[in-house]
Amino acid sequence: MSDTKQFCTFHLGNLFLGIDVACVQEVLRYQQVTEVPLTQPVVEGLINLRGQIVTAIDFRRRLEMEERPPSCEPTNVVIRTNDEVVSLLVDEIGDVLEVPDESFEPPPDQLKGIARELITGIYKLENKLLLVLDVKKTLDFNAAITMAPSSLAKT
Amino acid sequence: MSDLEGLDEILSDLVIESLDGLDQVDRDLIALEKDPGSTETLSSIFRTVHSIKGASGFLTLTKLESLAHAGESLLSLLRDRKIDTSPDTITILLRMVDALRDILTHLDKEGTEGPNDYSELKETLLALVDSTSPMADQGTEETRSSQSFPSGKSSPDTVEAAGNQEESSSSMEVPPSNEGSEKSPGSTTDETGLPQNPSAPAQPLPGSVADSTIRVDVATLDRLMNLVGELVLARNQILQFTSSLEDTDFLATSQHLNLVTTELQEGVMKTRMQPIGNVWNKFPRIVRDLATSCGKKVRILMEGRETELDKTILESIKDPLTHAIRNSVDHGIETPKDRKSLGKPEEGTITLRAFHEGGQVNIEISDDGAGLDLDKIKEKALSRGLVTPDQLLTMSERQIIHLIMKPGFSTAEKVTNVSGRGVGMDVVRTSIEKIGGTLDIQSAKGEGTVLKIKIPLTLAIIPALIVTSKGDRFAIPQVSLVELVRIEAEKVKEEIETIHGCSVYRLRGNLLPLVDLDQQLLRGSSGSFVDHLEEVHIVVLQADDRQFGLIVENILDTEEIVVKPLGKQIKSVTAFAGAAIMGDGKVALILDVLGIAHQAGVISDEGDAEIIEHPEVLPNASSREVDPLLLVSCDNGARAAIPLSSVSRLEEIQRSSIEHALGKDVIQYRGNIVPLIPLSDFTTGPRNRPEENPDDQLNLVVVHTNSGEPLALVVEEILDIVDDSGPLTNKGKRPGIKGVSVILGTVTEVIEIEDLRPAMASSTMSDDCIA
Repeated sequence: MSDTKQFCTFHLGNLFLGIDVACVQEVLRYQQVTEVPLTQPVVEGLINLRGQIVTAIDFRRRLEMEERPPSCEPTNVVIRTNDEVVSLLVDEIGDVLEVPDESFEPPPDQLKGIARELITGIYKLENKLLLVLDVKKTLDFNAAITMAPSSLAKT
Repeated sequence: MSDLEGLDEILSDLVIESLDGLDQVDRDLIALEKDPGSTETLSSIFRTVHSIKGASGFLTLTKLESLAHAGESLLSLLRDRKIDTSPDTITILLRMVDALRDILTHLDKEGTEGPNDYSELKETLLALVDSTSPMADQGTEETRSSQSFPSGKSSPDTVEAAGNQEESSSSMEVPPSNEGSEKSPGSTTDETGLPQNPSAPAQPLPGSVADSTIRVDVATLDRLMNLVGELVLARNQILQFTSSLEDTDFLATSQHLNLVTTELQEGVMKTRMQPIGNVWNKFPRIVRDLATSCGKKVRILMEGRETELDKTILESIKDPLTHAIRNSVDHGIETPKDRKSLGKPEEGTITLRAFHEGGQVNIEISDDGAGLDLDKIKEKALSRGLVTPDQLLTMSERQIIHLIMKPGFSTAEKVTNVSGRGVGMDVVRTSIEKIGGTLDIQSAKGEGTVLKIKIPLTLAIIPALIVTSKGDRFAIPQVSLVELVRIEAEKVKEEIETIHGCSVYRLRGNLLPLVDLDQQLLRGSSGSFVDHLEEVHIVVLQADDRQFGLIVENILDTEEIVVKPLGKQIKSVTAFAGAAIMGDGKVALILDVLGIAHQAGVISDEGDAEIIEHPEVLPNASSREVDPLLLVSCDNGARAAIPLSSVSRLEEIQRSSIEHALGKDVIQYRGNIVPLIPLSDFTTGPRNRPEENPDDQLNLVVVHTNSGEPLALVVEEILDIVDDSGPLTNKGKRPGIKGVSVILGTVTEVIEIEDLRPAMASSTMSDDCIA
């Protein structure tokens, strides 16, 4: 009997990602958001979660992936960390998986850029790979755009 | 302190209870100094120190225990009247309280008793005890244990300290025996009387408090608030259903739900409210320490300490209030000698007042000190380059007083350790304004200064104006709002002028810089108004000393909004102060007026680069006095002009709401009875006044006389506001008329407000005045 960990999994494009299940507060279908001007596109907007205002983050943009096709309605994965509640917009929610520790490997060296920063490791499942995210780092960014009133206007 | 691990909870209880207790001891000691005979006060102090000693002994906190023990020994002597309470004794005891507090704070933060060594203080205390111990032979249990207390840690300077104390305690007097220790209870309580119940023991025993109250984490309350807010939304939706359904049971149930929800909401709000006395309680001690160090005599009076405020606001006014009080003691109150020579009582008085008014909390700090020296302020402002001599000439007294709230201003002649650290009233002002409050200073030389602070009841709920930008709603806090201006589509081109890419609007003669909200939010904008085809809405906002106009797409309504913080990812966007959930459950962002102003460059960080732009201090305010005039027409067809400076408001009323008193027409207006004056009684018009009909709408111009008395002038129509009147002719020919002038090509009578009232009184009130 080896140790196992539980991950809340979801799909993002062709990636299969997981977050420590203990961080996930709830999963919601797409909510209407209020756009926040003067922020980078990674901030999708604000949603009203039972009276609490929660920042929704487009996870595709956070991982610098291509835009979500319009036909795909994203799902909110509401994450609670020590100091805040944030919603990640993902393509499709998966199951909660229990994976054995021995199938874990650190990310390959050729993984570069933002993905390298946010992905802590890979679990080798039978027919696919589960990429595990560092929640703290995922949420740790400043989305304010510094004022240079030129070409930053949102489209 | 590994041996304490299992006792964490007991420890934190000890810290919280003891700190509360020490605050009370602080107050009691001050009270004791004023009234050394009060056994009750002494007992209260004694109990607190005793219970700290007991608890710390149990937790083997040796430093805390030994110090509390030394204090207790001295206190027991005082209680048993073995020694007298001299100011020096009080000072020593206050030092002990500070030391205990310091240890407790260390315990709270680090779990240790902290690095400070109080053995010297302890020895001083014990020396004081020892010096009188021969008299205390038959002493109580406490005194005996104090003598048997191991003095192994005694430092070499014990003897010296004891010597010092000998001196002070040698000035012993016969203790005043059982003179009445209670002041008569009243709405004004000074620091000697406890407001809650002057005749009860000074502090309830810890056990009884624990039975009736519990401590709740503020975060828990915040969460409750959120949920209640959500419940209110759900309730509103259900209430909407009720209108379309006819099921009486459902109707009754939803009404019940409605009631309960409302009460629940009020209840939860109330949990966050705390009396302002909680903050004020620290002040007697601060004032005492400060007055002693400045060699002044100051007492502090408090009124309305039960006035309740939201906890977060309470926290944020603590520092500014402390600062203001320190200022009063340090700069305001004169030395006893000076006061005597001025014929004032030697002891200065600082009065704190708090009361609710109009959904706001007013706090007044007044002192009977020297007041502000206008000349000195002028001098200082000039030398600091805050104003130019020309500007000073045109400034009113009030504006000059307000100069002391500018950054970099301090009137203290010498830098004391109390103030003059380069911060001053501007800090007080900024902290008050940060929570949406306002600060006003009134002062009369030689008579004192009054600081008036107005703050909202709660930060959580604020009134806000809802505007839109590209269809999205944004909330603007009402405190920053000055007025709304609408420019009709066909006038946009001429009324909005552009200087080098910056748009400005002439608002009653002053240039108002314009900021386009869409553009500031980077949502695209036409940029210029040359080809603007729609009407323009301008929200005039106050940011610091400046006003600017924010151009918005549309203005919706004012609403009470619940302010919620933004996530950390977007917190640094200075244009937003937070977010709020609107009635339909959607989220709207709250604009940070200062942030927008900074971003748009309407106000700059270099505060002294430009001078306050008050309407009164216009560059063109040269020799000829320019007072804008309100142009109206009277119901006899005459045109009249009223000086805008005396106009308070424009109102519209039904003729049927006119009442009669003292042979005059009057209306009830904002809680006052205001006489109604038909302007046509004074003006000369081409036609007779039309028949009066009870359904008529009357246009009123509410003006105020120099003495502040309101009058309501009945006019037919409000025409315009003009800046420029031609020369006045026929001055003073008729009562109530200043003269005649040609305004906008028409002969117009200029009204003299000060004359209206006497003129009205003397003119026979003709019957047609009464509807």
